Amino acid sequence: MIRAQGLTKRYDDFVAVDGIDFAVERGESFGILGPNGAGKSTTMRMLGATLQRTSGDLMILGRDPAHEGPTIRAHLGVVPQQDNLDTELTVTENLYTYGRYFGLPKSYLMPRIDELLAFAQLEDKRSAKVDALSGGMKRRLTIARGLVNEPSILLLDEPTTGLDPQARHVLWDRLFRLKETGVTLVITTHYMDEAEQLCERLVVMDGGRIVAEGAPAALIREHSTREVVEVRFGSDRNAEVAAQLGDIGERLEVLPDRILIYTDAGEADLQRIVARGFMPVTSLVRRASLEDVFLRLTGRTLADE
Amino acid sequence: MRGSWRGATRVAEYRLRNMWKWRNSIIAFGLGNPVLYLASVGLGVGLLVDTGSGGVDGVPYLVFLAPALLAAAAIQGGQDEVTFPTIAGFIWEKLFFAMRATSLTGGQIADGVLLAAALRVVFTTAVYWLVLALFGAVEWTSALPLITVSTYAGLCWAALMLAVAANVKNEDGFLAFTWRLVIMPMFLFSGTFFPLSTLPLALQWIGWISPLWHATQLGRWLSYGMPLEPWQAALSVAYLLAMGVVGVVVARRRFERRLTS
Ligand SMILES: Nc1ncnc2c1ncn2[C@@H]1O[C@H](COP(=O)(O)OP(=O)(O)O)[C@@H](O)[C@H]1O
Ligand SMILES: [Mg+2]
Repeated sequence: MIRAQGLTKRYDDFVAVDGIDFAVERGESFGILGPNGAGKSTTMRMLGATLQRTSGDLMILGRDPAHEGPTIRAHLGVVPQQDNLDTELTVTENLYTYGRYFGLPKSYLMPRIDELLAFAQLEDKRSAKVDALSGGMKRRLTIARGLVNEPSILLLDEPTTGLDPQARHVLWDRLFRLKETGVTLVITTHYMDEAEQLCERLVVMDGGRIVAEGAPAALIREHSTREVVEVRFGSDRNAEVAAQLGDIGERLEVLPDRILIYTDAGEADLQRIVARGFMPVTSLVRRASLEDVFLRLTGRTLADE
Repeated sequence: MRGSWRGATRVAEYRLRNMWKWRNSIIAFGLGNPVLYLASVGLGVGLLVDTGSGGVDGVPYLVFLAPALLAAAAIQGGQDEVTFPTIAGFIWEKLFFAMRATSLTGGQIADGVLLAAALRVVFTTAVYWLVLALFGAVEWTSALPLITVSTYAGLCWAALMLAVAANVKNEDGFLAFTWRLVIMPMFLFSGTFFPLSTLPLALQWIGWISPLWHATQLGRWLSYGMPLEPWQAALSVAYLLAMGVVGVVVARRRFERRLTS
């Protein structure tokens, strides 16, 4: 469905996307995980045929967006990072107007809008002005709007950034539903839990490059141990203590606020630390996540910025 | 090409639906504007001029003034109807970016905004003409030529302003600026209220480059037969056309560029 090779975007002499290769297959839910400034939105806009690439090859639905943009966009749904709903219009009018941009007839749009309102759980809000909606509702409306033309691919740029946990879960649930209907999803996020939840396969992006690719579980297996022990000794002592724990676990990372110990036996290792007389202020044994993969690959945490 | 036009009509449809929401003020302004001008300047000043010097250009002042007012209304209406939605579409609401994510192209969005503006200009001009006719400022038979020539000028100017507005990076008083430094001087120095030849030569150039002066010349020629050489008429038509063509070409390119970078 999507094939990118050496895809590059340069703004003057700043390289925002630096020769990335990836492919997305039909029906897949594909993720782009990376911190702010990684080049996710830039990539998404190139996929959505709303940004001209500087170089490299890109095929969307078998066509080149540089030459067949309108045809490609007719089969895409786009959910940009910033909602750009028409705030002067109601919920229903937003869907109708957007459908008309595609040239879809009223006879098609009327029943379609009812379906979309049900899908987005906005039936009670159909006559409400966009301004009166909560952040989560606006996001769901933007997603519904992106589905008005029954796209083959839906591009979601940070779908849940800025939403509270409950609104995020509602949104994830809607996206699962969508996945079941066979729509190909491309999702960018800087939340590793979101990537783990929603994406069958993903690329990890940093500084415009892809640093890893695979299924979330496979990436974790490949780049991390199964478990992680997190201990905190206070920011002034972490480094000092860490120097004496080098033989525990497989690997150790010192962050400003905590020490991470990569191991396959978290509880046992935590007890060994305590047995040596180091009493952490707080401690936690958890399963390894994509956050650890990112840290391993880039030396930074996703939430750094 | 046919597909391209269909895209523009979808954008125009959106613009017209937006205008429909403002229909009451559009109608009130469309009627109020000419009535006020005619009552105050047309009749008031007209009385003064006509009794003082027996009219202008061999006709009553109101007849002299009417084609200029009509063209001015078309040009101002055209400008409003392209500048506001363009600034909103790129800067305030950023709706053009949402449109460009659908199968529409930047060029179609530009064309659509202009198309809707054209319809608005036709409406405004027709209402204005009707008021002029009711005041006896134009002949009833002048409807087609006068409305056509004014709409033509309004549309050509709107195309140019569309291209200009598409280049505005932040609004920062752009709308107020163009109104005060473009529309007002154009209105005052285009031979609107008195023949251009009565202005000092140093100021007459404003008229020569002004679309309003060219539209007014054509309008006076069509309305009461003000003497105009065929080459002068052709030059005015061509000048306005050039403005329109440059505007459309630049606007289309600028819209697409800005929405894809
Ligand atoms: N229009 C632009 N002009 C110049 N630099 C840009 C532009 N858009 C994005 N960038 C830069 O490109 C980099 C990647 O941006 P973006 O794709 O938005 O990242 P992300 O979505 O991953 O946060 C950032 O450093 C950003 O500042
Ligand atoms: Mg982004």
